[in-house]
Amino acid sequence: MSLPDATLTHLRRVLGVPTLPGDRYEVREPIGHGGMGTVYRACDRTLGREVALKVLRADVAGEDAAIRLEREARILARLEHPGIVPVHEVGTLADGRVYYVMKLVRGERLHDFAQGSGRADVLRVLLRVCETVGFAHSHGVVHRDLKPSNIMVGSFGEVLVLDWGIARVRGSIETSGSTGGEPVATPGEDDTATGVILGTPGFMAPEQAQGISGQIDGRTDVYALGAILRAITGPTSQGGPVPRPLEAIWNRALSPDPAGRYGSAAELAADITRFLDAVPVTAYRESLGERAGRIFRKYQTAIILVLTYLAVRLLFLVLRGL
Amino acid sequence: MTPVADARSFMMPADTRSPHPAFPTTRRSVVEAIRDADPDARRGAFDVLVSVYWRPVYAHLRKRWQLQPADAEDLTQEFFARSLTNGFLEEYDPARARFRTYVRACLDRFVANVRRDEHRLKRGGGATLVALDFPQVERELASSGENGRDGDADAWFEREWIRGLFTDAVADLRAACRDTPREIRFTVFERYDLVPGTDADRPSYRELGEEVGLPATQVTNHLAWARRELRRLVLERLQFLTATDAEFRAEAEDLFGEGDR
Repeated sequence: MSLPDATLTHLRRVLGVPTLPGDRYEVREPIGHGGMGTVYRACDRTLGREVALKVLRADVAGEDAAIRLEREARILARLEHPGIVPVHEVGTLADGRVYYVMKLVRGERLHDFAQGSGRADVLRVLLRVCETVGFAHSHGVVHRDLKPSNIMVGSFGEVLVLDWGIARVRGSIETSGSTGGEPVATPGEDDTATGVILGTPGFMAPEQAQGISGQIDGRTDVYALGAILRAITGPTSQGGPVPRPLEAIWNRALSPDPAGRYGSAAELAADITRFLDAVPVTAYRESLGERAGRIFRKYQTAIILVLTYLAVRLLFLVLRGL
Repeated sequence: MTPVADARSFMMPADTRSPHPAFPTTRRSVVEAIRDADPDARRGAFDVLVSVYWRPVYAHLRKRWQLQPADAEDLTQEFFARSLTNGFLEEYDPARARFRTYVRACLDRFVANVRRDEHRLKRGGGATLVALDFPQVERELASSGENGRDGDADAWFEREWIRGLFTDAVADLRAACRDTPREIRFTVFERYDLVPGTDADRPSYRELGEEVGLPATQVTNHLAWARRELRRLVLERLQFLTATDAEFRAEAEDLFGEGDR
């Protein structure tokens, strides 16, 4: 006896949905998937809230993938920051696949957000990303896969950096909790062998694309941030001419030589802030005319008011003299 | 030939017949197994192949080649018989296509050759080595509105291939639970997940619990167990039926990923 179509469809659906141990979580439909895992919407019956469940994909075989997903959960759990999704639980399904439960984030990806927003709004979002990435760097974690689709802009203005699956950790993340503090960084230790290339073309720094593991540090993420900056504020996204200082900022971040880039995400953020505040950025030496134009734009209202006042005053004097 | 109800009786003595042909659970593909020097190992692999592929092969002959049921039955038998004797499936190259794509290509080539040699299309001209439930597939063709003339032949092949995988895995699960304390688990699974029809036709967990004398939480536990086991059985079989890890991953993604279901 073979299975009818309706039964077959039902089985494929329910067998595709993971079953967690216990009855705390009710797993619902898949809401997204990446290279390693599928993300499902789930209901936490104990706390009566919706959560997201990331499970290693059935077709991603091998111990490495499981270790990587578990690592991602541990990294996320340790990097407590408003820009990083909090993890509630990590474990292994009965079929051996690793999973973790995290906060369900509602919003849109950065590239979608950028399409419907002004340049200044997009830049403010990127500043938040820089803060989060800088925080991770201070804890010895390099993301290595920053791109617009890995950045979520929430409905209430929250900005979250997602998908830390291929992050490089300097040293090991302590999991026992005995230290109760920051992850311990041990120079020389790494999770990725030299020559292994992970990342996304177009956002990968040259040293990452070439698999030179020893050269990867925070500036590798700075390169990706520069690529994101170009992608979301450039003419293809925002239209119109791009201000030269802004172009200079992303050019500096995208320097092929790490030494030519901003030294940190914070330095990049500082230059973006200067641009937003209409003060000179470190990446660009402006001409006298450009400086005058920038100052005029910055103090446009005050200058117009003063000029108007002077013009009226002059007219008054002229009329009095007649 | 006279069709029989048990689709899994191919070339096996009745007293040793298992729910479906056994296959190794280690990472050894069907392609390796059909090249094995040991005739028993080769035939075991071939049995698995027939068990999963006879439905898509028959449906493909009806659908793509527009054969009448009797001719499609004959050629299904002959295709498997020739693949065993001529060994054309052994020439599969994993670098070029998925194994099931290769099987379909072999089938098309086989039918084209047979058509050139018209006498082979005479009824009864082919070997009758396999006892398969062709009327069941005909009923499914009719009930799903696919009468052998409409729709996409490739999609039909794939759907029947998947049906073969799941049908055998469910038979395995049923056999593993029969006459054991786990039989109640399969009963719950059968009464909930194997119910024909839509979700509206399924009982609630509470209703099912009352029917089988279990609390609703136990019903969900049994269901979870059965689904987990079934998934494992499907993936094990899929692993055997694919030649490489990459092919296995791609097929598993198609089966359980976020595809177009």
